[in-house]
Amino acid sequence: MKEIHVSKITDTVARLCIEACYNVGDDVKALLEKARQQEASPHGKNILDQILQNLRVAQELKLPICQDTGMAVVFLEIGQDVHIVGGDLYEAVHEGVRRGYTEGYLRKSVLSPITRINTGDNTPAVIHTEIVPGDKVKITVAPKGFGSENMSQLKMLKPSDGLEGIKEFILQTVIDAGGNPCPPIIVGVGIGGTMEKAAYMAKKVLLRPAGQHNPDPLVAQLEEEMLQAINNTGIGPQGLGGTVTALAVHIETYPTHIAGLPVAVNIQCHAARHSKALL
Amino acid sequence: METKKIFHAPVIHEELNSLKAGDTIYLRGSIITARDAAHKRIYQLLQEGKPLPIELKDQVIYYAGPCPARPGLIIGSCGPTTSSRMDVYTPLLLEHGLKAMIGKGPRSAQVIESMVKHGAVYLAAVGGAGALIASCIKKVEAVAFEDLGPEAIYRMEVEDMPLLVAIDAGGNNLYEIGPRQFAHI
Repeated sequence: MKEIHVSKITDTVARLCIEACYNVGDDVKALLEKARQQEASPHGKNILDQILQNLRVAQELKLPICQDTGMAVVFLEIGQDVHIVGGDLYEAVHEGVRRGYTEGYLRKSVLSPITRINTGDNTPAVIHTEIVPGDKVKITVAPKGFGSENMSQLKMLKPSDGLEGIKEFILQTVIDAGGNPCPPIIVGVGIGGTMEKAAYMAKKVLLRPAGQHNPDPLVAQLEEEMLQAINNTGIGPQGLGGTVTALAVHIETYPTHIAGLPVAVNIQCHAARHSKALL
Repeated sequence: METKKIFHAPVIHEELNSLKAGDTIYLRGSIITARDAAHKRIYQLLQEGKPLPIELKDQVIYYAGPCPARPGLIIGSCGPTTSSRMDVYTPLLLEHGLKAMIGKGPRSAQVIESMVKHGAVYLAAVGGAGALIASCIKKVEAVAFEDLGPEAIYRMEVEDMPLLVAIDAGGNNLYEIGPRQFAHI
């Protein structure tokens, strides 16, 4: 059985935290450039210019692209033929976050929800683990800023609400968010399953390359339709008016119960950051 | 392009009164940062009638909590945070002389009403442009609540920080005017 030492997990998580906060993917960058071409509002154009300029300045000055370097959300896909050795896997992930956020000069934004006292090192991470076939471990670090996280919503719709109810809820969530989550945004949607399954899907679908559609043509069509509806709201870049409110809508579905229709909408700001590694 | 409009901090009243929602301006001068936890403390001190560790009169508050500076730089990324979380505290600060706020996203009706009453403006910085804004910051000094870490109050000298007048002293609100102009539902 293949063995992976926890120290390798720690090193990798630390590196990915830094990498994710200092770079935005080429997929997101391409959509931002496309948005700049499509935006009709002069203010919107100016804002998109500043967002693109920010990416260049961040590279030049070696600065994180956004000061909200987020809460570290770590996805672990662990091959069932892998044996993790040398210690506690989750502690290894937290140690990686601790090290990455310290060595990378990233902001420590994590605190107790009750006392509001900062933990000082951005731990703990939020860890999602899936067991998958094979003998590899895939680690994805997705730092999540809370300007956009705060604007996310979940609703247990009724079966009678149907597809129209789903569309209304997604659109209303984006309208309620307005200029708060740093539009242009990427909208992650989870439809079906149970309450926590819908929320998990809405989060995980944000890892998909930005703008890539769901392979199911029905869902892909819904993604396209929602993107247009969202961009017709006029919210625009930073909520100050314009024709580009979202860069993409990503939807994931899962069968649900005869009595229910859970829908979760996770909003991602334009600083859509994630880095991955395969061990 | 129109000529570059400079706005100074602390505010000069003639400059402030000439600002109109939708103006692009460049901020120069001395501003203070304060976000959630610092606002809560300032609010409590004001309510208890106790002295503040900072002056509010004619000041510009920037809703921001920067990343730590790497060696050789004075500050890390420093973009705006969501202003609406400060809405509950803002009217009291305006009563005590605060004249301008920098942040991102819309404000509540109560804040706008109070801004009109006290002649204050709300300036939008581009959320997520933290590196670009950091490059406009020339001097940084922690002045209060250092135990709050990234939420401490810093005084910053800024040069040509790019901002958009989102809500002017007359209450004209670009968060309403802008989207209405481009909505086609």
